[in-house]
Amino acid sequence: MTNIAQQQETNLNSFTNGPDENGHFGIYGGRYCAETLMPLILDVEKAWHDARDDDAFWEEFHALAKDYIGRPSPLYFAKATTEHLGGAKVYFKRDELNHTGAHKINHCLGQILVAKRMGKTRIIAETGAGQHGVATATVCALFDMPCTVFMGEEDVRRQSPNVFRMKLLGAEVVPVTSGSGTLKDAMNEALRHWVANVEDTYYIIGTVAGPHPYPEMVRDFQSVIGKETKEQLNEKEGVLPDSLVACIGGGSNAMGLFHPFLNNPSVQMFGVEAGGHGVDTDKHAASLTGGSPGILHGMRSYFLQNEDGQITEAHSISAGLDYPGIGPEHAYLHDIDRVNYVSVTDDEALEAFKLLSKLEGIIPALEPSHAFAHVIKMAPDLPKDHIIVMNLCGRGDKDIFTVAEKLGIEI
Amino acid sequence: MKRIEKTFAKLKSNDKKGLVTFITAGDPSLEQSATILNALPQSGADFIEIGMPFTDPMADGPAIQDSSLRALANGMSLKGVIKMVAEFRESNQDTPIILMGYFNPIYTYGTEDFVNDAADAGADGLIIVDLPPEEDAELRVPATKAGLDFIKLLTPTTKGARLDTVLQNASGFLYYVSIAGVTGTKSANIDEVGAHIKDIKAKTDLPVAVGFGIKTPEDAANMSKIADAVVVGSSIVQNMQDNQKDSNLPTIIENQVSALKKAI
Repeated sequence: MTNIAQQQETNLNSFTNGPDENGHFGIYGGRYCAETLMPLILDVEKAWHDARDDDAFWEEFHALAKDYIGRPSPLYFAKATTEHLGGAKVYFKRDELNHTGAHKINHCLGQILVAKRMGKTRIIAETGAGQHGVATATVCALFDMPCTVFMGEEDVRRQSPNVFRMKLLGAEVVPVTSGSGTLKDAMNEALRHWVANVEDTYYIIGTVAGPHPYPEMVRDFQSVIGKETKEQLNEKEGVLPDSLVACIGGGSNAMGLFHPFLNNPSVQMFGVEAGGHGVDTDKHAASLTGGSPGILHGMRSYFLQNEDGQITEAHSISAGLDYPGIGPEHAYLHDIDRVNYVSVTDDEALEAFKLLSKLEGIIPALEPSHAFAHVIKMAPDLPKDHIIVMNLCGRGDKDIFTVAEKLGIEI
Repeated sequence: MKRIEKTFAKLKSNDKKGLVTFITAGDPSLEQSATILNALPQSGADFIEIGMPFTDPMADGPAIQDSSLRALANGMSLKGVIKMVAEFRESNQDTPIILMGYFNPIYTYGTEDFVNDAADAGADGLIIVDLPPEEDAELRVPATKAGLDFIKLLTPTTKGARLDTVLQNASGFLYYVSIAGVTGTKSANIDEVGAHIKDIKAKTDLPVAVGFGIKTPEDAANMSKIADAVVVGSSIVQNMQDNQKDSNLPTIIENQVSALKKAI
């Protein structure tokens, strides 16, 4: 009796029960899709749930995660950063050391294994910065599957090294000119293409967004980040972290770090959105801080939109955060106040980019530079025994051109 | 009897098939859009679908995407759509108007307010592309209560048990999407569509309109043999785009619509 009662109480108080059977996290999430896609979306859900309950599936995932991606990624004590900031003890979860240089490969590997189980023979994906596109093209090369990546025309221009990488890996890159020619339009175009190719095609969505089961599935593949962090920090310090910090565009790396800690009430979490020129301007990508609830891309979540419910443009110096929405589980965690969502500006991220490069000899991507900018703000005022773990979710090689241009340097 | 039901009954008693024409509200200009809308019934439209423009129309091809962006650039909004319907009703009490679009603008407007305002203005039905049965109760229940028909989309992938799921709570008529794809792209395989409509008709008494990929009077003639009505959208919208600077645009569209009506 006591056991059942205790278990029920634990379940009631759990932050990790979601989503419900229809893919809702509170009022967010769901499956807001064209009817043509619905049978396929339900098939993806079934295939994913079968895979999730199959030990052989996880054996294959973890074997490749170890030998192909290079997991576990190290948990690194950032001594120079800690001394420089003079407060909390700062650790970096080094997901920038993964094969392809970012965390995106974690969910691409998981999803292509699901696609194979479904008997799908070709893969499509959308990409903004190109990191998810590169990771998708990589697993497609590994499994010898044809790959088409939809990328906004504007992003094709500003992320040309990644376009070249995708092509080297054998993918076809389709520049998207519809709408504003950025990540949201690439996602629209991928969905339109999928509607017309439901028989043989699997869509590898690049973040914890889209219709159910994508937010849940991508989260569960990315949760490897948080699970490893928990073990590694326990080994090094014998405690839980006090604060977790991660940047948020759609929110995949943050969800992956946060999820295994949601039911540890002592762990504070900070999701850092891209504040662009400032959330009080019309040039930012902070959907939670500066947006409102709505429905797009198969889900209910927070979006940047005008008073008529028309989606507005996102802006960020970081192409990977330049999305006017956010994953539905973040919307839920925001509303119930489990995670603190904050924002940093383009300029603050740029300063953080430079500082991290010099202090630690690690050139971060502009995305985790946002997370680091928040660490710079919070660490000095915290006691020396306060442990911060920041997800260093991508490396900065792809961003050197953007940064150089911003600094007025020709390379 | 509701306007949609009445119109189908009348077509049936005359042994005729219906023509559903689609235009995007506010395209190519606010003024031309209203003029064209008001002229559609005498050109031969039995039903009118008015597209409520949205920035991210994920089920539409280039023609309707572009028309939506033009309409938004002209300042069209849901309020504007409702106003257009009310003005149309001042001179026409017979032709059913179906509002078609995406859920986000409605959700932002306020679901209850929207269905009441749309019904008051004289709209007859709603087709919301991104609200499958799993998510539609939030709009369907208040819409039905306000007297609006909630028209369901059926597609080539709506088969077996899924067909029963979609048919539940359908009203007005059924909109059969004849291709797996977005609006205005591929052409349908008429034999496959015919066979599927037969399966659907075995399970429901609601009329079936076929749309997506019907462009020419010939397409419309072929499709009208196997359906109760045909929907033409992208090719009308494309015609507007191609001739938006022509002062005879209303006549060009009238001619196109009457040619379609003659064919079915």
